[in-house]
Amino acid sequence: MTRVSMTVDGVSYTDEVEPRTLLVHHLRERLGKVGTVVGCDTSNCGACTIALDGQSVKSCSVLAVQADGSDITTVEGLARDGVLHPVQQAFHENHGLQCGFCTPGMIMAAIDLLGENPDPTESEVRHGLEGNLCRCTGYQNIVKSVQAAAKAMAPGAHASTPAPVAGE
Amino acid sequence: MTATIDTTTSTSEIGKARLRKEDARLITGRTRWTDNITLPGMVHVAMLRSPFAHATITAIDTTEAKTRPGVITVLTGADLKDEQGSLPCAWAITPDMKAPAHPSIAVDTVHFSGEIVAIVVARSAAEATDALDGIEIDYDELPAVLDMEAALAEGADLVHPELGTNRNALWIFDSGEAGTGEPIQAALDAAEVTVTRRFRQQRLIPAFMEPRSVVCDPTGEQLTLWSATQVPHIVRTMLAMTLGMPEHKIRVIAPDVGGGFGGKLQFTPEELLSVVLAQRLGKPVKITESRSESLLAGHHGRDQIQDITITATRDGKLTGLKVELMADMGAYLGLVTPGVPVLGAFMFNAIYKIPAYHFACTNVFTTKTWTDAYRGAGRPEATFGIERIMDELAVELGMEPMELRKKNWITHEEFPFTTVAGLTYDSGNYEAATEKAMALFDYDGLRAEQARRRENGDVKQIGIGISTFTEMCGLAPSRVLGSLNYGAGGWEHAAIRMLPTGKVEVVTGVTPHGQGHETAFSQIVADKLGVAFEDVEVLHGDTQVSPKGLDTYGSRSLVVGGIAIVQAADKVIEKAKPIAAHLLECSVDDLEFTGGRFSVKGTDAGVAIGDISLAVFAAHNLPDGVEPSLDSQATFDPENFNYPHGTHLCAVEVDTETGFVEIINYTCVDDVGVVINPLIVEGQIHGGLAQGIAQALYEEGVYDESGTLLTGTLADYLVPSAVDLPHFNVDQTTTPATSNPLGVKGVGEAGCIASTPAVVNSVIDAVRQFGVVDVEMPCSPQRVWRAIQQGRGQLAAGGPAGQNTAEAGGGLGSTDSSGNVDQSTPAGGQA
Repeated sequence: MTRVSMTVDGVSYTDEVEPRTLLVHHLRERLGKVGTVVGCDTSNCGACTIALDGQSVKSCSVLAVQADGSDITTVEGLARDGVLHPVQQAFHENHGLQCGFCTPGMIMAAIDLLGENPDPTESEVRHGLEGNLCRCTGYQNIVKSVQAAAKAMAPGAHASTPAPVAGE
Repeated sequence: MTATIDTTTSTSEIGKARLRKEDARLITGRTRWTDNITLPGMVHVAMLRSPFAHATITAIDTTEAKTRPGVITVLTGADLKDEQGSLPCAWAITPDMKAPAHPSIAVDTVHFSGEIVAIVVARSAAEATDALDGIEIDYDELPAVLDMEAALAEGADLVHPELGTNRNALWIFDSGEAGTGEPIQAALDAAEVTVTRRFRQQRLIPAFMEPRSVVCDPTGEQLTLWSATQVPHIVRTMLAMTLGMPEHKIRVIAPDVGGGFGGKLQFTPEELLSVVLAQRLGKPVKITESRSESLLAGHHGRDQIQDITITATRDGKLTGLKVELMADMGAYLGLVTPGVPVLGAFMFNAIYKIPAYHFACTNVFTTKTWTDAYRGAGRPEATFGIERIMDELAVELGMEPMELRKKNWITHEEFPFTTVAGLTYDSGNYEAATEKAMALFDYDGLRAEQARRRENGDVKQIGIGISTFTEMCGLAPSRVLGSLNYGAGGWEHAAIRMLPTGKVEVVTGVTPHGQGHETAFSQIVADKLGVAFEDVEVLHGDTQVSPKGLDTYGSRSLVVGGIAIVQAADKVIEKAKPIAAHLLECSVDDLEFTGGRFSVKGTDAGVAIGDISLAVFAAHNLPDGVEPSLDSQATFDPENFNYPHGTHLCAVEVDTETGFVEIINYTCVDDVGVVINPLIVEGQIHGGLAQGIAQALYEEGVYDESGTLLTGTLADYLVPSAVDLPHFNVDQTTTPATSNPLGVKGVGEAGCIASTPAVVNSVIDAVRQFGVVDVEMPCSPQRVWRAIQQGRGQLAAGGPAGQNTAEAGGGLGSTDSSGNVDQSTPAGGQA
């Protein structure tokens, strides 16, 4: 067992883990962060995407021990003070999800994409999200969501009033 | 039933693009996936699965596995022989249908690669998986049975020797015998033009994003089963029937379910085993499959060979259609396995007036994963067959393919129309949808560009494909299902409860997995009762909350479940009426109900339904003999299916040097009747298109010659990513269904049914100039490239163009002549 410390969605955790433990399993099973899900065993689907020190990674491709000392954001940590992140808001407003299983990973990947390219073309969004699979939407509304989020996040954008998170 | 679209009450919510209620939890990660559930004392199960397609188990040694850390027990089929039951098939399509016993864990023989042979129960999922290594099994390999035609040959190796044959059933429909049309033989004999083709529907894997998971808790008064299923009500009944458990002691919950597409329309070995184990151990048990297990042993779809003959007059009038299918059942029968091709029987004639029709399907056992419903179930296969052969017939006749369709379709004035397959289409307007689609698509402009590129001999050639389709959905009138020997009905249940504060709880028996029921049904109830959209809560997916239901598949949720809700709402209004009259001191006949308010005709006096709800709760001042309740329930059994239709047009660019296909224009106009929520409808169409296009271009479940699944991970099975799919131009026409009071039709399967032939027709249109008449699906670059080479070779040799069926692979159509799997990654394919 190895001791690992990390900050996840603003909370510090220190745990003993088996060296082979994948970060996604550590998040889900030990820390109870079940908003991040597992969709495959080959790193193809992207459902488990999180932000690790600001970079989006598939948390099934990182060992928990590799994340020692890091700052992690999951989909559960995006809304601040009860207000949705603009990308979450855009997915909602543009019907960018159906069953919603791919959605946490898709949102995390989209945030990273917009960090690198704040005003992507349709083609750039499609290539940027290539590592995240969705089976319900045909991607069209996901692309639309990401482009709408880009507009909302642009400097000086007059964003619509963000919606409060339901239940808060 | 006659359509009565009530325009006085359907002004506000029906047709409004409401944002989904469901999204709040899904975009914030506060979801209730089954695999998120953790219960005190819960143990985990891992499955050992057969590496062989067909083998006798000669010995199993679990001694070492039992000593591994955390292991609670290790069990084999022999251990559970007397208590595991046999998984049921609910659809005996013929009286002499052959149905093998279907154990959850193989006992003596394995019949497909991936079949469960032993299970480990341990403290953690990781420990359970680790301990699988400690189980030793000796197998004697038996011959794999993979090819349907070989399986039917005299002396073939048998999948289930006790059945004496690999033929599951032969199901026939003949219009001459049924009295719905003329005898086929006369049409064949008299035909001026005959075209015969063989098409393959490759094996597909549903590949929903959430792997299946099940948790069983035996520790309460009732046994509670959470399952990532489309069909919790059916699972409860099947558990009771299979294990002899009292049904009222079982509660099945489908919490948030991450996609289904038919792939979660099943009663699974894992569900059954979780119950058996939980009862044995007295502890909560969880089984969550890996993606590889899901692809290997969750059921597959399609997998048919279609031999189709179509006859016509020289001027293009259809005179007959003969369809002979072979459908691969795989090794066992799931809940509706044998019925999937039978559903197709009613759709091969599609939108066309065909005087003579014969359909026969032979269902065949092989040593592969069993097949069952996959998005569209039977109807995509049929639509593909007819729309492909219509193109071939057009070529044979020298007609423009759309002209051939127009010449034979049912015209708007002819509805209702009873088809040669015996269905009565209630409404449709193929002309309107086609006209709109052709204009949006720029059909003429693309044909001109196609001609220009052909003339120039460009490397990239353009092809245009058409699919004009209809489907039967909204499963189903119970008496029709009964006549087809299906084991259950097609009704649906709903209940409405007005709460004291005027809020409304709606209970539905349909069970969503991404379709947005909570939103669409809230709109219907808000509209009917005149309450605010936000004041409606839709409850579903839990047999304790929603005690009756037949769940979600076959685009039935809105058109059956939604109508049950309408009927329940009508009953609430009827119940409220005498109370309103009492409170307003008027006669019931003087009341009208609009906008959530009963008012006395011609006066300002009135009372809102919410106020009546409070009055009922208080029950201080009610008319004599009135029950103090504003609750209702309704069970709706449709009198007919409903028939969405549409025109889908696809233009592709084919690189003739690499075989790579790129969709450059996909335009479709669907008619799904009255739309409740355009946002949801458009999303459903998009998703369906993605799956249909995936069948045309990317996806195939491939077995090698020993029966091993080669596409057992998402690295091998090509679910398309965002770069593999185009932007869709989606539009609509609206022809209300006349068979239900909302005028609605199903939408969940439309995109998937229509798109596959549109894409394949366009690919072939692009390369037909090189002598290609068919390319097997998926039209991978390798297959298209080979078809071009083969066609060119034949043309150069002066051979008759059109004789190559351009089957890139030999053998089973899944591997090429050197045994290489044809799974060429599309350029820009997923990493």
